[in-house]
Amino acid sequence: MTQISERAAAPVEAPARPADPSAAESTARSAATAVTFAKALNTALADAMAADSSVLMFGEDVGPLGGVFRITDGLTARFGPGRCFDTPLAEAGIMGMAVGMAMNGMRPVVEMQFDAFAYPAFEQVVSHVAKLPNRTKGRVLLPMVIRIPYAGGIGGVEHHCDSSESYYAHTPGLTVLAPATVRDAYLMLREAIASPDPVVFLEPKKLYWSKEVVDLGELRRAFEDGSAPRTIGSAVVARSGTDATLIAYGPSVPTAMAAAAAAAEEGRSLEVIDVRSLVPFDDETVCASVRRTGRAVVIAETPGFASVAAEIVARVQERCFHSLAAPVRRVTGFDIPYPAPKLEHHFLPSVDRILDTVDELQWEDGQ
Amino acid sequence: MTIPTNSDSTRTEGGVDTQLLPSPVPVQLIDHHGEAHPDARYALPDPQALLAGYARLISGRRINDQANALVRQGRLAVYPSSHGQEACQVSAALVLQSQDWLFPTYRDTVAVITRGVDPLEVFTLLRGDWHSGYDPYELHVAPQATPLATQLLHAVGVAHAAKLRGEDTVVLALCGDGATSEGDFHEALNFAAVFHVPVVFFVQNNEYAISVPLKNQSVAPSLAHKAIGYGMPGERVDGNDLAALLSVLGAAVDSARSGGGPALIEAHTYRMQAHTNADDATRYRAAEDVDKWIPKDPISRLRTYLRGLSLLDDAVEEQFAAEAEAVAAAIRVGLNADVEVDPQELFAHVYTQKTAQLREQADLLRDELSREAVQS
Ligand SMILES: Cc1ncc(C[n+]2csc(CCOP(=O)(O)OP(=O)(O)O)c2C)c(N)n1
Ligand SMILES: [Mg+2]
Repeated sequence: MTQISERAAAPVEAPARPADPSAAESTARSAATAVTFAKALNTALADAMAADSSVLMFGEDVGPLGGVFRITDGLTARFGPGRCFDTPLAEAGIMGMAVGMAMNGMRPVVEMQFDAFAYPAFEQVVSHVAKLPNRTKGRVLLPMVIRIPYAGGIGGVEHHCDSSESYYAHTPGLTVLAPATVRDAYLMLREAIASPDPVVFLEPKKLYWSKEVVDLGELRRAFEDGSAPRTIGSAVVARSGTDATLIAYGPSVPTAMAAAAAAAEEGRSLEVIDVRSLVPFDDETVCASVRRTGRAVVIAETPGFASVAAEIVARVQERCFHSLAAPVRRVTGFDIPYPAPKLEHHFLPSVDRILDTVDELQWEDGQ
Repeated sequence: MTIPTNSDSTRTEGGVDTQLLPSPVPVQLIDHHGEAHPDARYALPDPQALLAGYARLISGRRINDQANALVRQGRLAVYPSSHGQEACQVSAALVLQSQDWLFPTYRDTVAVITRGVDPLEVFTLLRGDWHSGYDPYELHVAPQATPLATQLLHAVGVAHAAKLRGEDTVVLALCGDGATSEGDFHEALNFAAVFHVPVVFFVQNNEYAISVPLKNQSVAPSLAHKAIGYGMPGERVDGNDLAALLSVLGAAVDSARSGGGPALIEAHTYRMQAHTNADDATRYRAAEDVDKWIPKDPISRLRTYLRGLSLLDDAVEEQFAAEAEAVAAAIRVGLNADVEVDPQELFAHVYTQKTAQLREQADLLRDELSREAVQS
């Protein structure tokens, strides 16, 4: 397990670096540079902690180590062990303590080390995180964020690659977010921490070391002065197109973008919607796109049965029936436990599988 | 029970600090004949405090009886009675100051009411109007928890937050003997000890978890012995002796307040009635076993003791009974009146703002109800 963590944790440009407490400030001065998804998350945490002393970060190995993926790098050094700290190894303990802290004036951010290791905390999530505000008619709010390094595509061994979003999305009371871009990684984590409602924040592991040219200082200003558009409850058109809509979120967004690029070379114009906010779900943006294109494929790296992808198909069908030229299709993983590293490529939605499915969308002219 | 000054001090090079171990027999200050026994470590509470506590016991017993009656009349869905455990209930509330927090379970209605929460708001849960009826911030009482031991972790979090802000807050968290088998019990005690936060874990060992006797839950020498495994002090107390409970819990609360960290207190008591009114206790325990506990009743021994001190006579007894009756009458009247619950509330508190989907669903229900209203 350690092997996997270390491998997955190794940033593209440099291995685990020592804590750099000034890192977050320095970005304020710099203009746009190539920034990793991981760095954007790290900066969002640092900025949120700097802006609000009630924001706390805790979990397993998130202290001096900075987390197995280094997302909390430098936070203990900068904010002290009262603000970012390691807990005993007990996920229900982490979650339950966070509930109590959120009840008592704090804004805890907890890290579940890996998707499949969040399951011991499930009772706390379902019975309390999701229900306590409703139980108390909103007298007790739980402004807390559950960060989960999530999903596969990193060659991880068993228990390190689960796509667990459907469990959370099925639970009323939870906001469930899955960013797919570096910019969204920053803005959505800031928004999650600022939210009065509990948020499950799914961080696609395979995107941690992806890079984008962004100006983190500018994003910070835009978030803090309120000019950045809100992301919770809003999907975005990641690529415009006219012939069919690919609906994706989190780790499946880059795959959908690659498929759209490949389709363009073959003369087919695909629109890509990045759902990014699984709950609340943005029916409007998704349906507006499908009504324009008349065809849709939902792409998710999870077993398809009883999944978020299944829900999206149902919603689109119910709302856009008369605009549809073909049944709404899904490209998901198979209904099997997440495969071993050498087999995961068979499971994950690929560009080819997406394009094959698009080909099957009853194009009358036989394109 | 000796209180360590910080969480590291319990692990010594030479071996284990056995002073964390509870006393070999439960601490008792007034026996069931009403006789006081001095204890070297725990002082007998002031007689006036015991008299005030006695009044709360009388009230607590009356509330238990009243709630049982309301179940029979169909006014409450169910009631897990604390009959026989009233001394635990009353002491849990009385040892706390206003800034402190109480984390109760479904069985601890009397403790919640003794802390001062309006009984009608407490019974919202069991009447079935909503899952919890009172404002937890008003008197620092968490909603009564149903999923066993889960609330102990919330107690740790509340205490941890208070400690980080340097506040003078102690949290008293209740659970039953069966709940000590849950993983969350272990995680809560371990977290409390490692973070050295001011939580007093108070286990009411009433010997049963629904039908399952304690011997099927644990073969530890006592539940309080578990404390040493976390590096915190444990103590055992006669759970039907209000004097001992006030003294032992009071010492643990004082210690937690002055930076001594968490403690685990086990009260030895007995569930005199079925688990709830829906349970048939004759299927798993004999009436004679229950009868053995009748002489150990928490009320009768304190009555004898206080009458011996001439603090209690018929007139005072009558006054306490009248006060208890007034509480019961208010509960009866309140619960006999039907309360309208607005179905729109179903959608109002899931998130701080309704999602588009919940707005749609709220409209659908409103529409359905208005059509029904037109038809009828
Ligand atoms: C996690 C969980 N499992 C099962 C139950 C069902 N249940 C409710 S009360 C109870 C017995 C608990 O016994 P104990 O902790 O001794 O408390 P007591 O009821 O005796 O006060 C059980 C099994 C529950 N509420 N929560
Ligand atoms: Mg019990």
